[in-house]
Amino acid sequence: MKARVLIRPKEGILDPQGKAVERALPALGFDGIEHVRVGRMVELEAEDPELLSELCSKLLANPLIEDFEIESIDGT
Amino acid sequence: MLWGVVQFPGSCDERDAVRACSLAGDARLIWHEDRDLGGVDAVVVPGGFSYGDYLRAGAIARFSPAMESVAEFAAAGGPVLGICNGFQVLCEAGLLPGALLRNEELRFVCRQVDLVAAEASSPFLAEIEAGETLSIPVKHGEGRYYAPPEILDRIGANGQVAFRYAPGQNPNGSVGDIAGVLNEGGNVLGLMPHPEHAVDPLTGSTDGLRLFAGVAEALV
Repeated sequence: MKARVLIRPKEGILDPQGKAVERALPALGFDGIEHVRVGRMVELEAEDPELLSELCSKLLANPLIEDFEIESIDGT
Repeated sequence: MLWGVVQFPGSCDERDAVRACSLAGDARLIWHEDRDLGGVDAVVVPGGFSYGDYLRAGAIARFSPAMESVAEFAAAGGPVLGICNGFQVLCEAGLLPGALLRNEELRFVCRQVDLVAAEASSPFLAEIEAGETLSIPVKHGEGRYYAPPEILDRIGANGQVAFRYAPGQNPNGSVGDIAGVLNEGGNVLGLMPHPEHAVDPLTGSTDGLRLFAGVAEALV
């Protein structure tokens, strides 16, 4: 299975990267953009998709500060 | 007493840590691939950028063979000190509560700060009274301590907060000005400031030495 894992800062946790991006946008003429959050995306191929959730909570994401979503990108 | 300082690829403060430890005993390096800690009496997980800080600071270092042994050593009550990146590693390993996030202002900070010792019981605090102020440098980009409210309440009630930044000196946006925390047993301490860089009058403060001397004293 080819999968894509999206990792983002948990709701309510200050994301200074997102804030910095948000503050830069008006200077470039992009108005009306709010609530920017910056996360990470990991693509991988797994022989056993059953392992993915544990792998995400143990290594790819820190569940104390991050949420993650796993999506299949090869239709399986 | 014998100190062991863990060395990962990307560590950069292990030599200063060895020097600080050698002022309070003997010290040796422990390579990250070594499972055998070599009979040390206390362990330092030093600062730096272990494994390039890939993924998240400390996330990969926690799976190294040496860290598995450090976790067993800590579980048996052995004193473990995590400094800066070492603090991040110990949090990622679940040996300490909470996590370290990107500094609030996104800037790397490098300056001397005052720390106030909290009411807590630990061999690292054996030579330090609650309420005392220590002058110790910080240098980090990801040092904003965070823990969800239920964990904050618990560590507050258990006396697991070891150090707070002095009022107005929080360099990174840490919740509750928290600079260092202990595990429940008090034998594992993690802090963002660098006591190993404050052991010689030449660099302005020797307050950091008191943490190392405290352990030497407590183990006698």
